[in-house]
Amino acid sequence: MRHVLSILVENEPGVLSRVSGLFSGRGFNIESLNVGPTLEPGVSLMTITTVGENAIIEQIIKQLRKVVTVIKVVDMLDCKAVEREMVLVKVNATETNRAEILRISDIFRCKVVDVSHDEMTIEATGDKDKVGAVVAMLQRFGIKEIARTGTVAMRRSMQ
Amino acid sequence: MELTGAQILLESLKKEGVDSIFGFPGGAVIDIYDEIPKHPEITHYLVRHEQGAIHAADGYARATGKVGVCLVTSGPGATNTVTGIANAYMDSIPVVIFTGQVPSSLIGNDAFQEVDIVGITRPCTKHNYLVKDVEDLARVIKEAFYLARTGRPGPVLVDLPKDVAQARTEYRYPRSCKLRSYRPTVEPNRKQLSKALDLVRAAEKPLFYAGGGVISSDAHAELTWLAHNLRIPVTTTLMGLGAFPGDDPLFLGMLGMHGTYAANRAVQECDLLIAVGARFDDRVTGRVSSFAPNAKVVHIDVDPTSIRKNVSVDVPIVADCAATLKALKQDVAEGLSQEGFVRDHTPWLERLAEWGQRHPLTYNGANGTIIKPQQVVETLYDLTGGNAIISTEVGQNQMWAAQFFRYRRPRTLLTSGGLGTMGFGFPAAIGAQVAFPGELVIDIAGDGSIQMNIQELATAVCYGLPVKIIILNNGYLGMVRQWQELFYARNYCATCMDFAPDFVKLAEAYGASGFRITRPEELRPVLKEAIELPRTVIVDVHVAPEENVYPMVPAGASLNEMLLV
Ligand SMILES: Cc1ncc(C[n+]2csc(CCOP(=O)(O)OP(=O)(O)O)c2C)c(N)n1
Repeated sequence: MRHVLSILVENEPGVLSRVSGLFSGRGFNIESLNVGPTLEPGVSLMTITTVGENAIIEQIIKQLRKVVTVIKVVDMLDCKAVEREMVLVKVNATETNRAEILRISDIFRCKVVDVSHDEMTIEATGDKDKVGAVVAMLQRFGIKEIARTGTVAMRRSMQ
Repeated sequence: MELTGAQILLESLKKEGVDSIFGFPGGAVIDIYDEIPKHPEITHYLVRHEQGAIHAADGYARATGKVGVCLVTSGPGATNTVTGIANAYMDSIPVVIFTGQVPSSLIGNDAFQEVDIVGITRPCTKHNYLVKDVEDLARVIKEAFYLARTGRPGPVLVDLPKDVAQARTEYRYPRSCKLRSYRPTVEPNRKQLSKALDLVRAAEKPLFYAGGGVISSDAHAELTWLAHNLRIPVTTTLMGLGAFPGDDPLFLGMLGMHGTYAANRAVQECDLLIAVGARFDDRVTGRVSSFAPNAKVVHIDVDPTSIRKNVSVDVPIVADCAATLKALKQDVAEGLSQEGFVRDHTPWLERLAEWGQRHPLTYNGANGTIIKPQQVVETLYDLTGGNAIISTEVGQNQMWAAQFFRYRRPRTLLTSGGLGTMGFGFPAAIGAQVAFPGELVIDIAGDGSIQMNIQELATAVCYGLPVKIIILNNGYLGMVRQWQELFYARNYCATCMDFAPDFVKLAEAYGASGFRITRPEELRPVLKEAIELPRTVIVDVHVAPEENVYPMVPAGASLNEMLLV
């Protein structure tokens, strides 16, 4: 089962490895991990996406809550959530396929953020599935570079 | 007044009521050592290896219930403590470890004797700190002690760069801690508590399963009261020995891999299992899927991660064990005046008694020519009347010490339960003896384990600590040999300790006293003499080499599948 965990932490050195260590210590993979500041100085929000059996995730969540520098943990499975991630994709863009790439970007509401005579960089935002679809569609032009942020998530207001 | 970091450290230790620290100096902590003589209220015990320091601090903490303190230098000093930190972590023992660190400006530079000890110990400490500014030092120390002893206790490490120890600032020791992300639950949830009481009232075959949490939360009096008044039998884990009087008729002995027949059968047959401060360790449960198959489970533990980790629980109570049992006691005390408040457990208790009689802890072949290791432990119990603090090493010696000595009071058995650290017992005994100079402290050892921290003989002798080391010398790494015998077709690879030092001469070389016992008739008089001698003593007892620990539940088997003597 895929879980998106939203973790509020004290922004102290080492907090990232305290948190990620709980996953690696169990031989568990983190699919994506994202950290950024919140409005409150000294407090950061981490979003971790992982796949695993519910019982183990429950253990990890309990362990996370035990970490002294962790303030709050929410499993987004337990609530309705908005999920987004962003990707930058640099594709080969020749005379012949440029129009096709633009059409695809349009359909997915992507942005072209950089262009040269033989490549284009596309920015896409959306949930994991949409971003995955954009990448899949662009693949046939030859992707030269790709950078994904991993998921960020937030509870929906109307639950 | 302005103080240096080193002075702040010692002042703060004083505020925390620390009277003893176990340590070993080095360049990174030399400023701290420079201050120690100016604080006569604190005694520093110089060990011979940093592993000895951390185990001694741990033993001190186990024996007293106070926080143990350990001070070592950076790099190798710090890494030498890692096993001991992991050991304290696994058994939830409150210790604070101060490690020196290279000057802040050199951190990350591969400086001389630099190691990222905060990184190394992250998975085996409850929390750890790198103090980067002397302004933070007093607060960090306050937090370290608070974290170590509250909630589920555990080791906390404070890494102190040399320049921080030298820097000056105004000293103010905080009165309390503000940690918004750390608020352990102490009081039990009333609803859960009353559900638990309902189960207790309905049960025909209830059983208490008590662990180290009962001891660390000082809940033994409540446990004993509840067991007596509700007539509920008690089994404990290795860490729980002493949580309930070992000579009480309701006590079934330890459960698990080397638990008693009665205790393991009781688990398998009970209809209510009340786990208190125990964590369903695999050495206890055997095959989890068939553990306590007929029982409703009540689980009381201060650490929510312990609950439902291995077994499913009907009534989880996340709270301090003592607070919970106190609350339960109050409810039970009110109810007991009613007729039929709880079911009659007489048939259950009779059945247990019968199992106990049919398969008591026993051994064969004490024939007058050979000494059985179990006999040694029994004789020690007899000679001391149980009035001793026992520490153990790891292996068969540990299991026999658990089985054949009765622990009537909490904090009288110091043993490495979770990590199973050979070399723990002797330094832990030193820590206990420092705390209780007047008590008899005995390390029950194996010939293998004792060699892991034998250098601490110097510490014991130098401080006049009359610790007794009783070596059950079987010439083998006995517990591993036992597994090889039973499960690996007797392939005794690397378990025969055919070379050992002359332990008597070794004791003498260190200025301790040494005895050797090779014949059964020497056992009692020599042990008696050794115990009465007010000095550090080694007794090298030559025991039956291929004796095994029974009962035994093979790893991964169900508690029903016991090998008996
Ligand atoms: C530091 C460490 N290394 C290895 C082990 C694995 N081990 C467990 S019991 C044991 C044998 C202990 O032998 P000894 O101390 O002679 O005790 P005995 O079992 O013979 O009583 C060993 C090697 C351990 N527990 N700890």
